[in-house]
Amino acid sequence: MNKFWIIVSHTYMSRLKTKMFYISTILTLLFITLMVNFESIVDTISGEDDRNVAVIDDSGELIDSLSTSVEASNLGWEITSYTQSVEEGKEAVKEGDFSALVTLSLNEEGFPEATYYANNIADSELQTDLQQQLQQLKISIATKKAGLDQETIGEIYEPITFHSVSLDLNGKSEEELNQARGIVYAMLILLYMAVLMYGTLIATDVASEKSSRVMEILVSSASPVTHMFAKIVGIALLGLTQIAIFVGVAFGMLQTKQDGAGGLLESFGFHGASISILLYGVLFFILGYLLYATLAAMLGSLVSRVEEVNQMITPMMLLIVIAFMLAMFGINVPESTVVTVTSYIPFFAPMLMFIRVGILDVAMWEVLLSVGILAATILLFAFIGARVYKGGVLLYGKSSSLKDIKKAIVLSKKE
Amino acid sequence: MTLVLNNVTKRFGKNTAVHNLSIEIPENEMFGFLGGNGAGKTTTFRMILGLLDHTSGEITWNGEEIDYGKSSVIGYLPEERGLYPKLKVRDQIVYLARLRGMGKNDAVQELEKWLERFRVPEYIDQKVEELSKGNQQKIQFISSVIHRPKLLILDEPFSGLDPINVEMLKDAVADLKNQGTSIVFSSHRMEHVEELCEHVCILQKGTPVVQGALREIKRSFGKKNLVIHGDLSLDFLENYDGVIRYKALSEGCQLQIVDENVSQDIFNALQGRGFIRKFELEEPSLNDIFIEKVGAAYE
Repeated sequence: MNKFWIIVSHTYMSRLKTKMFYISTILTLLFITLMVNFESIVDTISGEDDRNVAVIDDSGELIDSLSTSVEASNLGWEITSYTQSVEEGKEAVKEGDFSALVTLSLNEEGFPEATYYANNIADSELQTDLQQQLQQLKISIATKKAGLDQETIGEIYEPITFHSVSLDLNGKSEEELNQARGIVYAMLILLYMAVLMYGTLIATDVASEKSSRVMEILVSSASPVTHMFAKIVGIALLGLTQIAIFVGVAFGMLQTKQDGAGGLLESFGFHGASISILLYGVLFFILGYLLYATLAAMLGSLVSRVEEVNQMITPMMLLIVIAFMLAMFGINVPESTVVTVTSYIPFFAPMLMFIRVGILDVAMWEVLLSVGILAATILLFAFIGARVYKGGVLLYGKSSSLKDIKKAIVLSKKE
Repeated sequence: MTLVLNNVTKRFGKNTAVHNLSIEIPENEMFGFLGGNGAGKTTTFRMILGLLDHTSGEITWNGEEIDYGKSSVIGYLPEERGLYPKLKVRDQIVYLARLRGMGKNDAVQELEKWLERFRVPEYIDQKVEELSKGNQQKIQFISSVIHRPKLLILDEPFSGLDPINVEMLKDAVADLKNQGTSIVFSSHRMEHVEELCEHVCILQKGTPVVQGALREIKRSFGKKNLVIHGDLSLDFLENYDGVIRYKALSEGCQLQIVDENVSQDIFNALQGRGFIRKFELEEPSLNDIFIEKVGAAYE
């Protein structure tokens, strides 16, 4: 095994064995579990199924139609007719026999009026539901008065049919667009997370080897360039392992859920998505990761202590945050000039060009140009990074400024 | 198997760290680098290892440039000790040994042998941060020699060790030399260099001020030390012709004299003055030479 792979496997294995890796993996898995089961968890906690609303109907006409429509709507709560006084009803709510008390009456025009009593009126969901139910009741009373039958009312409320058709022959259909958006979203989030998490990890790893002074031995055994790229690849493999675990667990959980995996996956557009979009996604992800990883390794080689890493990589983190925000804005207006221009700027290109490729129909030369600029920047960074790295790993002392890049390059030069 | 530095100069911008350094270190030899702080010793080592590029001149080993292809025959103990604090001794040494081209099993066997020799076999499964500083240094030393290098560079190998450990490491270094390893090492401790090295080079602000075989250097230095013990007043020697330095001792005095002939004049002058218990002519110590050469350059 050559030195490159020895360093890759050492980086990978030693990180894999750390407590931090387990903790972050487990925490993220918990988070995923929470997200996937969000609805059922909320249901369980708030105990919606048990909710019961006491209704005192002064008019005597409203309660029947209300209870029919509440049952039909399957809202997760039910109503009970309450025949005792309002005061007693309030007491019953206070004691927890009912979630709320509602008094109904008809006003002069014959429309329903209601007063809602509950221990806590912060739960707006129940109130909104009730209000909607009563609103419908009012509409049906009003329309009945006007002499309309149920059928006509049904017709009034039926949603209209709305189709979008792209006139461009190569244009993407509405369905394709939704799929593409889903994939673009997924890739943007993945790249953002990867750079935030693993970029920091690379910089920290390099800095900790430097601060423990083991670096001088390492770079006397293997060239700084080998070392730097082995580190980047090692951490990338670690990241892939983690992402594979996350995706695997999330997928498994969705499969076992009653609704099936279909819902979420479909909403992210992975069903029947075109292969080319996925390939572009992988390409831009790799390029984006490499760009930021090289930058992170270079910055990590400049600090002497691990505590200084955060300060050093803040500018880089800002760049990725800006890129992400531009992307989130651009995904809705992919044709805007801002998106077009930034899709050629290396730091933003991985995200913004992918948006354009995914959602619009971009000419091949534009994609190639953007990828070319990106690749050239990565090579340039690798070249500068290697020089800075070579000098930087020997550079000790208080360091926190970009002046150190210059110092490091001077150290790595012949004179 | 010789390491040759030919007219090597290193400049950092306007600063010259090493100026026109030429040395030759034959196989089976130990070469001592001396010099005050910032004299350019570590810079020289880093140039030999290729961590820094030299500005001019050439560095060859067996007539070839040194690059990363040769890392398996070179061992390096940096001045600033560095190991992974959280890694176990075994994982650590195996990783570093593999980077120097050694097989995994071979590395473990060799590590066990070395730990046995340093009488700390129980450390193999301990984390480095749990070891004392002196023991960390033993591990560091093992990491630099485990792959049986042909050329070994030791930057201050004995600093921070107690006398017993210094002896242990010195024995190990001497054994490696006898097995055919060329060794370059630097130290502030003159007696270590005097004891171990055949050749030395004293650097002063990047320029070699004394260089060559230790015996030759001492001989050509000319000045000798003279120690006299006796029950008489020796004050008059302070201003005696040919005496450079006079230092009173409890039992007599120590003199530095221009050359050995002066000792005979003094010997004659002492006749009849009193009882002489000791009259000894000594070779100058490396310490004397260092102080004179480097001290002179300070002035």
